[in-house]
Amino acid sequence: MNSSLTFQLDGATIPFADGQTVMQAALAAGHYIPHLCYHPEFKPHGSCKLCTVKVNGRTTASCTMPAEAGLNVESEIEELNALRRTLVQMLFAEGNHFCPSCEKSGNCLLQALGYDLEVHSAGFRHLFPDRPLDASHPDILLDFNRCILCELCVRASGEVDGKNVFALSGRGITKHLIVNAESGLLKDTNIALSDKAMQVCPVGVILKKRVGFSVPIGERRYDQRPISAQALDDAPRQSDAGGSCAACEGTP
Amino acid sequence: MSSDLETAAHPETLRRVAIDPVTRVEGHGKVTLLLDENDHVQQVRLHIVEFRGFEKFIQGRPYWEAPVMVQRLCGICPVSHHLAASKAMDMIVGATLTPTAEKVRRLMHYGQILQSHALHFFHLCSPDLLFGFDSDVAKRNIVGIAAAYPEIAKQGVLLRKFGQEVIRITAGKRIHGTGSIPGGVNKNVSIEERDYLLKDVEQIVAWSQASVGIARQLYEQNLDLYDNFGRFKAHTLNMVRADGALDLYHGGLRARDMKGKTLFDHYDYSHYWKEIFEDVKPWSYMKFPFLRRLGPEQGWYRVGPLSRVTQCDFIPTPLAEEQRREFMAFNGGSAAGATLGFHWARMIEMLHAAEVIRDLLHDADLQGNDLVSKGERQARGVGVIEAPRGTLIHHYKVDDNDQIIRCNLIVSTTHNNQAMNEAIRQVARQYLDGRKLTEGLLNHIEVAIRAFDPCLSCATHALGKMPLEVELLDAAGERVDLLARSSIG
Repeated sequence: MNSSLTFQLDGATIPFADGQTVMQAALAAGHYIPHLCYHPEFKPHGSCKLCTVKVNGRTTASCTMPAEAGLNVESEIEELNALRRTLVQMLFAEGNHFCPSCEKSGNCLLQALGYDLEVHSAGFRHLFPDRPLDASHPDILLDFNRCILCELCVRASGEVDGKNVFALSGRGITKHLIVNAESGLLKDTNIALSDKAMQVCPVGVILKKRVGFSVPIGERRYDQRPISAQALDDAPRQSDAGGSCAACEGTP
Repeated sequence: MSSDLETAAHPETLRRVAIDPVTRVEGHGKVTLLLDENDHVQQVRLHIVEFRGFEKFIQGRPYWEAPVMVQRLCGICPVSHHLAASKAMDMIVGATLTPTAEKVRRLMHYGQILQSHALHFFHLCSPDLLFGFDSDVAKRNIVGIAAAYPEIAKQGVLLRKFGQEVIRITAGKRIHGTGSIPGGVNKNVSIEERDYLLKDVEQIVAWSQASVGIARQLYEQNLDLYDNFGRFKAHTLNMVRADGALDLYHGGLRARDMKGKTLFDHYDYSHYWKEIFEDVKPWSYMKFPFLRRLGPEQGWYRVGPLSRVTQCDFIPTPLAEEQRREFMAFNGGSAAGATLGFHWARMIEMLHAAEVIRDLLHDADLQGNDLVSKGERQARGVGVIEAPRGTLIHHYKVDDNDQIIRCNLIVSTTHNNQAMNEAIRQVARQYLDGRKLTEGLLNHIEVAIRAFDPCLSCATHALGKMPLEVELLDAAGERVDLLARSSIG
């Protein structure tokens, strides 16, 4: 790594390698920037906007912003965290996220972000969309109520599994996750439990059936350490820029 | 047996008095009284006006979610719903529980019994029982108890705390944990966790034993009042172990009529609907369960500690069994049929729970690692448990996609619906008939309701006060008198 390639993040000097984004360089250097649709194994998507930072005074998504020498990046400031809280509130309001009875609780990225950003109220009137489950597959359950449209499953199924099981349909507030089958049902696809698409859902949409609450409280992913610490563990380190993905490990 | 005070012949000519809200199972209820021109009571009804909807919105959800979702019915005894749903799901997955799973669940359940009974007796009812039903309202609360009887108040708090700790260790959280799952549990009890509970358990047993003494002493000191307050005859329903012992986690159903004749015994609850059915009445959202063989008019019954302690053949722990024998023999058995006998029976159960917890903590199966089992998948699951307030029934049907398509819940307070109505009718006859309303008289109605420990008292009683409003209207519907009390006094 060229030692002259650095930028400033909240007053800290962050080294980076050619081709890295601000997000990648920050995580690799041990600095957390809140994010949701970013995943270290996939090409940055830039859709959730949780990772928005100020670069030289202008807001931009840090997961898609190429790192450049001399940038002045601001992230951990109340102005941005207030906007991030609002984004999380909107995601909660748009879907049906009932954490108390959701088996993803404790392992959910959205919930963990809510705690980390101190989202203490709903903020918006809930839309309570009507989204029936797809329980047609013998081993896999789809609970569309919790989808945040991050497209990680779409990307994983297409780019890694080569199956294109998932896609997004519709626009704006009607945008929703669909299954690529004539019937629209998961049972009519060739998805398998071993697929990458089964491992990447940050919320409780794509679930292995009959796992439920088998992991006790206290042993779930975010019970012991907040997402800000977990994300740093998950991120490829500077010496490991190719990146294994701890985020995909250990999640039931 | 519907009471003669259930429906007045000509309500349009009567004056209406409403206690609204009395609050309900974490919601609201009300009591209405119709009085004639001479202030004689003609109609008394306990209305439960809540609508919960869990049976509907659980439909479509995966079956493994039920034990965690439906426990949100209640913040006081969620463990009961958690375990009743889990038992139903055990049937769905065809499981026979491993020793570790069953014992961890039993520990969780008896922790629940301990904390709930302690909460009810010390926090909710002791102000009535120690100060008097119409004592100074400013002191008739747990703060007043703490000032006048600091040691009793402290023991009540610590008994409840211990029960909550048992729940935390077995379920993961003190309220709304996830420990019980279809076919078993998701954790055992570690040596460290066991030792943490063991260091206090002997004290808990001792305090529980002393609590039975307090309940007995109160009864003895006010024998005429306790024997006759809101007294009525009722059939009983409860669960017993195969040998007839008190068992709050599992067993068969036992029903006896008000003369003590056994109607059915050791009945397999997986077909409960053949013996128990639910009636509806236009004036309450709460159903009226009844024994089919006796019909809706005659078949209502009483559940809970009074039924369990009086109808079991014995209690399988020595200290509680000794107390049960004394309870049954007391004054020719008068406490066994008394509404206020509930409190004494409840404390005997709390002592039993403390003994069971102590015994389980010495059982090495708690540290086992064989936590879950499964067998042949079934479409229907029924789980029954003896919750702190009485028999609790969960019934589910699950389709081939693992989604719940039907759910029926008969909770303890529902079983006691008609019985609570009977109790307040008796109190109305005994204390309100022909008299001017006072706060103290109003509280007599609440005392009768509280004896059953319905969730409706738990939900609002944290400061020892139910929010109440009693309105006295004349024949033309004009307000003559109003007594109001908010939840903050």
